[in-house]
Amino acid sequence: MLNVAVVRFPGSNSDFDALRSAERAGMRGYFVWHRESDLRGADFVILPGGFSYGDYLRAGAIARFSPVMQAVQKHAAAGGPVLGICNGFQILCESHLLPGALLRNAGQSFVSKPVDLTVERAGTPFTSGFEAGETVRLPVAHGEGRFAAGDETLRMLEAEGRVVLRYVPASEGSPLQPNPNGSARHIAGVSNAAGNVVGIMPHPERFGDPASPDDGARFFTSMAAWQPSSSKATR
Amino acid sequence: MSFRVHVRVMPRAGLLDPQGQAVEHALSALGFPDAGEVRVGRAIELDVAAGSRAEAEARARAMCDKLLANPVTEDYLVEVEGS
Repeated sequence: MLNVAVVRFPGSNSDFDALRSAERAGMRGYFVWHRESDLRGADFVILPGGFSYGDYLRAGAIARFSPVMQAVQKHAAAGGPVLGICNGFQILCESHLLPGALLRNAGQSFVSKPVDLTVERAGTPFTSGFEAGETVRLPVAHGEGRFAAGDETLRMLEAEGRVVLRYVPASEGSPLQPNPNGSARHIAGVSNAAGNVVGIMPHPERFGDPASPDDGARFFTSMAAWQPSSSKATR
Repeated sequence: MSFRVHVRVMPRAGLLDPQGQAVEHALSALGFPDAGEVRVGRAIELDVAAGSRAEAEARARAMCDKLLANPVTEDYLVEVEGS
């Protein structure tokens, strides 16, 4: 059975949803406190949403220095899959595991609503159950989700196919407001070059309940179907 | 020796600053339509133990590069008090 470590920081608030979603997909989920330095044989690491350390200084900036993040860096360097959701994405950017930064929403307000997205990179351990180009609907809930990076970085992300999720532009007929935060190139999620580290602003774990559309649950069933060939090295 | 260091972190020029915009709108609503180009940043003060003023400034700059400012989106100014 695959092990999913859900890291909890002071201020994490989507930790239980992430754990339950992992368990529903048939994996073994458990919490790892930010003071711990052992991921206890994790196949996957999830950095959940919330407001770690009250978003002091910048969202994710302080969490980066938690003892557990050393273990996460090591896990990622060995090819182990890491998913950062919302605040987790912000932490991954601050930790330089992913490029860019997440800034205050262009619309000056916190947005909490469903959005339509295109899954552009289907090859990651978290999106292998999707077809590239498929449209999904997921909730977002953030005040700082505007992805920003230098032009060179943005070009690199596009050229290397590292945009994992993109907000569907309005012209394609979505009834929902496109790009809720003013992200550069409508980017909602990116990966590292190898594809094992993924950060996304939307919350698939909040659509993990059997009563909700399965768009969220499929991120977790993708994980459950993943073959952990490379992460065993970190055990 | 210890030096009092003032750090000013600002959103990089050219990047949208929604906080600045919101404050500008609020000022206008309060009867200050003469305010414009508002930008909101962060001020940080700290003591730095160092052998010289130049060393204190260099240490503070290293702190900015590593934590106090985000090199992707922010610029910073470092001022060391006294001489």
